[in-house]
Amino acid sequence: MRVAPRGAVLGWLLPIGAAALGLAVLAVGLAGLGYDAPSALAALWRGAFGSWYAITSATLVRAVPLVIVGLGIAVAFRGGALNIGAEGQFYAGAIGATWVALLLGSWPPLVGVPVVLLAGAIAGALWAAPAVLLKLRFGVLEVISTLLLSFVAEALVSWIVQGPLQEPSGIYPQSAPIPAALRLPTLPGTRLHAGFGLALLLAVVAWAIFVRTRWGFWLRAVGEAPRAAAVSGRIPVDRVIGAALLWSGGLAGLAGAIEVSGVTYALYQNLSPGYGFTAIAVALLARLNPLGVIASGLVFGALEAGASGMQRDAQVPSVAVYVVQAVIIVVVLVAVSRARSARTLAAT
Amino acid sequence: MDPLSGFLAASVRIATPLLWAATGELVAERAGVINLSIEGAMLAGCLGAALGAAHGGPWVGVAAGAAAGLLVAVGFAAVAVIGRSDQIIAGTALTLASIGVTGVIYRQAFGSAGAGLDLPTLGAVEVPGLHRVPILGPALFAQPALTYLGLAAVPLIWWLLFRTRFGLRLRATGEGAAAAHATGVRVIRTQVIAVLLSGLFAGVAGATLVLAQVGTFAERMTAGRGFIAIAIVVLGRWRSLGVLLGALLFGGTTALQFAFQAMGLAVPYQFFLMLPYLVALVALAGVVGRVRAPAGLARTIEVG
Repeated sequence: MRVAPRGAVLGWLLPIGAAALGLAVLAVGLAGLGYDAPSALAALWRGAFGSWYAITSATLVRAVPLVIVGLGIAVAFRGGALNIGAEGQFYAGAIGATWVALLLGSWPPLVGVPVVLLAGAIAGALWAAPAVLLKLRFGVLEVISTLLLSFVAEALVSWIVQGPLQEPSGIYPQSAPIPAALRLPTLPGTRLHAGFGLALLLAVVAWAIFVRTRWGFWLRAVGEAPRAAAVSGRIPVDRVIGAALLWSGGLAGLAGAIEVSGVTYALYQNLSPGYGFTAIAVALLARLNPLGVIASGLVFGALEAGASGMQRDAQVPSVAVYVVQAVIIVVVLVAVSRARSARTLAAT
Repeated sequence: MDPLSGFLAASVRIATPLLWAATGELVAERAGVINLSIEGAMLAGCLGAALGAAHGGPWVGVAAGAAAGLLVAVGFAAVAVIGRSDQIIAGTALTLASIGVTGVIYRQAFGSAGAGLDLPTLGAVEVPGLHRVPILGPALFAQPALTYLGLAAVPLIWWLLFRTRFGLRLRATGEGAAAAHATGVRVIRTQVIAVLLSGLFAGVAGATLVLAQVGTFAERMTAGRGFIAIAIVVLGRWRSLGVLLGALLFGGTTALQFAFQAMGLAVPYQFFLMLPYLVALVALAGVVGRVRAPAGLARTIEVG
């Protein structure tokens, strides 16, 4: 998957241009359908940046899962493994974290919180594991297997919140709240939690791994020229692809754990408004560069936050921002394919 | 109706939209294009069918659904085939766009609540005499017209792919675009036609879902059926008859849900929701190693 940066000017202009074009398409479309486009865009802006609270508690809070899942997507795509089932791995992580948190009870936070987050990451990696097995052992496209596993995960969450982990009264389809000691600390007066710092840290670590380590070099080699990597005889292609998918799932699962321990404090059926899919656009807009994922995660966090504002204040359904996301993906794709993106499928 | 013939009839009914979508996808993949946007095209087909049927009756709905699916395919062909972009990511983008656009248009057309939309539907057409055949009668001879048309499309598409000059060129494009191009096949045009046909069929699949099964529209109502259809093409080993059998397998696993509920089994319904996806994963593992995909599948064409 070759969408790595090529040239500094293009590197900056392209994302900004893509996002602007996406918003323009949204405005024209809404106007065409008879909505008041200027006031819809104004509501979008207010929802994302209208106040200190909107910035910290809406935009930044929503950016956290997008950055972390986006990093996971970047890892997989860099290695040529198209993990488009991060949504399912996110839910698996949320399930694992909730389950462990309810088991631990009131462990001291210093030990308990890392254990909960680790449980989420492991659950996410486990959810990606069948896709690894199916790809390497049976040649099944990871695109299809990760997606199918997503639907299984969504059904699983639905059962868990109405079955084994349902809150004690048995009325609502959600889990019991996790112990206060295991919740992430928040910035006073806002809903911004410590997961934000963790997301930034992870991005820097991922960047360092990509650029500075042998594994990062292998990953890029396998992603850009799998056949060359294989015939070189020095790169364990299968292991690199497998590890990329597992790390990708682990990051998505970690994001699910952070969402539970930092935002919702309980497991719900519709915990994710499609973070796993939006993160694909996040990673692509950043052209799979981990540091860029921070910036594009913030852009999409603002879009998601603004979409809620738009639905509240201008009665425009929040799904409308999917159009913006799609335009961004298409613009980046077409621009990159001009520099010729040729990728081979492992199955063929 | 006895339980067995009820189960078989439900299987065929549920299989029909999958059969339409997978048969269209078969054509695209034989031409070397993996079209993930059929999930979006199917959703657009659902909304098109709902709008069309609300204004002009069920058959206008079918036509509008097909047209809406075609429209999504036009976008996909422009980006992935003519624009020579990564097919898988382009398909994901077009599906995202379809979710957004259908959501906005739906709420605009049917109100923000959107509940209680009651559409005219296509009733079952009983084949005189035959529909009374025990066990298989209701499954095969008392179905909506779109089921019969879908079954008729299977041999038609087989004939198109394997017995016509166009089909030969199409398959040549899918196996090796450079070689096909060298022999004079207009590879880009061939892929565009194949993609448009897959979008059209996905649109009809959406119309079937709305007009012959559910009778209403809901946001994201396709719930991954387009992706299931892609799995069915792999399961069916890229052949028409295999696709038909794969679609019936899915129809059957989904219909099991109702059969078990009727038998009073106390298994949570979510496990039946998972079943078709799990069956797909297991079946893919069993089938893929022993067949060969079109050699040029998902590869961007560099010539033409």
